[in-house]
Amino acid sequence: MFHFSNLVRSKGDPKIISTGPSSLTAADRLARGLGWFSIALGTLELLAPHRVTNALGMQGREGLVRAYGVRELLAGVMTLSVEKKAGLWSRVVGDGLDMATLLGEVRPSNPRAGTVMAALVMVGGITVLDYLAAKDVAAQHDPKRGRKRLYSDRSGFPKGIAAVRGAALPRPASSTATT
Amino acid sequence: MKALVWHGKEDIRCDTVSDPEIEHDRDAIIKVTSCAICGSDLHLFHNYIPAMMPGDIMGHETMGEVVEVGSGVNGKLKKGDRIVVPFTIICGECEQCRRGNYSVCETTNRNKHLAEKVFGHTTAGLFGYTHLTGGYPGGQAEYLRVPFADATHIKVPDGMTDEQALFLSDIFPTGWQAAAQCDIEPDDTVAVWGCGPVGQMAIRSAILLGASRVIAIDRIPERLAMAEAGGAITINFDKESVVGRLNELTDNKGPEKCIDCVGFESHISMAQPDSVLDRAKQMFMLENDRPHALREIIYVCRPGGIVSIPGVYSGFSDMVPMGALMNKGLTIRTGQTHVNRWTDDLTQRIADGQIDPSFVITHTVPLAQGPEMYRAFRDKQDSCVKVVLKP
Repeated sequence: MFHFSNLVRSKGDPKIISTGPSSLTAADRLARGLGWFSIALGTLELLAPHRVTNALGMQGREGLVRAYGVRELLAGVMTLSVEKKAGLWSRVVGDGLDMATLLGEVRPSNPRAGTVMAALVMVGGITVLDYLAAKDVAAQHDPKRGRKRLYSDRSGFPKGIAAVRGAALPRPASSTATT
Repeated sequence: MKALVWHGKEDIRCDTVSDPEIEHDRDAIIKVTSCAICGSDLHLFHNYIPAMMPGDIMGHETMGEVVEVGSGVNGKLKKGDRIVVPFTIICGECEQCRRGNYSVCETTNRNKHLAEKVFGHTTAGLFGYTHLTGGYPGGQAEYLRVPFADATHIKVPDGMTDEQALFLSDIFPTGWQAAAQCDIEPDDTVAVWGCGPVGQMAIRSAILLGASRVIAIDRIPERLAMAEAGGAITINFDKESVVGRLNELTDNKGPEKCIDCVGFESHISMAQPDSVLDRAKQMFMLENDRPHALREIIYVCRPGGIVSIPGVYSGFSDMVPMGALMNKGLTIRTGQTHVNRWTDDLTQRIADGQIDPSFVITHTVPLAQGPEMYRAFRDKQDSCVKVVLKP
């Protein structure tokens, strides 16, 4: 990507020779992957719900699948944003909804019950990933990490506040006149 | 050389890059001795400011030693000089520079056409701060090319340490300008929203400029403690109502002068429903800014008062209470900092011992630790207020 962006740089600007370690943690990268997965799944559910309902023997419930698609898209956008923790927890809640819906479709009269079972296992796996990512992201970005210090001795005024309060006020002409 | 390079949202890396080269006769190259992470670098870290490109070098708070000068620098700098580099690149010759409006220099933005489309007119070129402001490589690196170096520098007096001088590049003059443009009078109450590094400098500047009382608003205990050490009365907005407490402290009249050192990334809290709505809209690109602090300031500022905005705003803000602003006759003053307008005076104040800006430094680390320090600073971990990097 930076090879392309080098086109906008001038001759004397530094250009990347080799890259070093990133500020992104493993949890951030997993969250990013799950966010894009959410966007892809949400787009499929919103635009082609019949594919999902046909595969799972849920014909007639396209409206519900579309609604779940919207939910996936919202969670995906949130997971890809700086507020990824909220996005991941919303995915965990969404996974619960998906599993509840799928469990309702595990019935002898459903000819695609096997596929539903496979989908349940998949959603279960994704739920574990979502949960682990949410916990890792929360831990990585917890403001409580590190030492807690107060800076009550840092006035920034070596001579004390009283000595310098108003030091930058314009002085009356009489105090600056030379004799 | 090593440099901190932007690769995308929340993705800063310590890369090996080619050394900068003199391009124009007014350029100089410095060996960076100290640089810092600024709060506005976090806007880039979050990819809220448009026109960053992978491969951009971060950083606009930098100082170092001159190692090479172009032929057009005309003796104003020589090898071995110690300089602080102001974050605004200035020509010193255009109409705006002659008026002292350095942050809107008409010459130095090498992507003027972009700035004119977005802002209506060009603003100055800035180091390490998007291609809208020139796409100049920043100073979180071992070496930095300083364009228009004959004008874009502040010489460091002998005996002044890097830590004392470094913040002349941005946060000290930014806090100072914020307070100075409040036209503070001796009986004024000045309220400062946000106790990050710029807020800390604004508090101390207001004291030096003679405010009878400074009130600081934040939620992070260590930042509030630092504000209190600088002479401010503090309000923790997680624990008490800002409007209620400010009215209580000012006989229900509100502070005469209000300074917004928060900018467009206001804290998001369910107790402030507008901040949640702003964040949702921002996520779906329906709004750029989260101006909760600005709304609160306009609401609580005393009629006829002055609102000073050094905090960065990026684009479009919704639901700014224009009715209150107009009917209360408030004056708004804002802008990127005209760094060189203030630095002769501020350098002298540091030299005289009136103020020592190094009080704000909480972390000093090697440049290679920059990526992790971006995270720590953003997440306010380890009581981080200000990070200085040593290449």
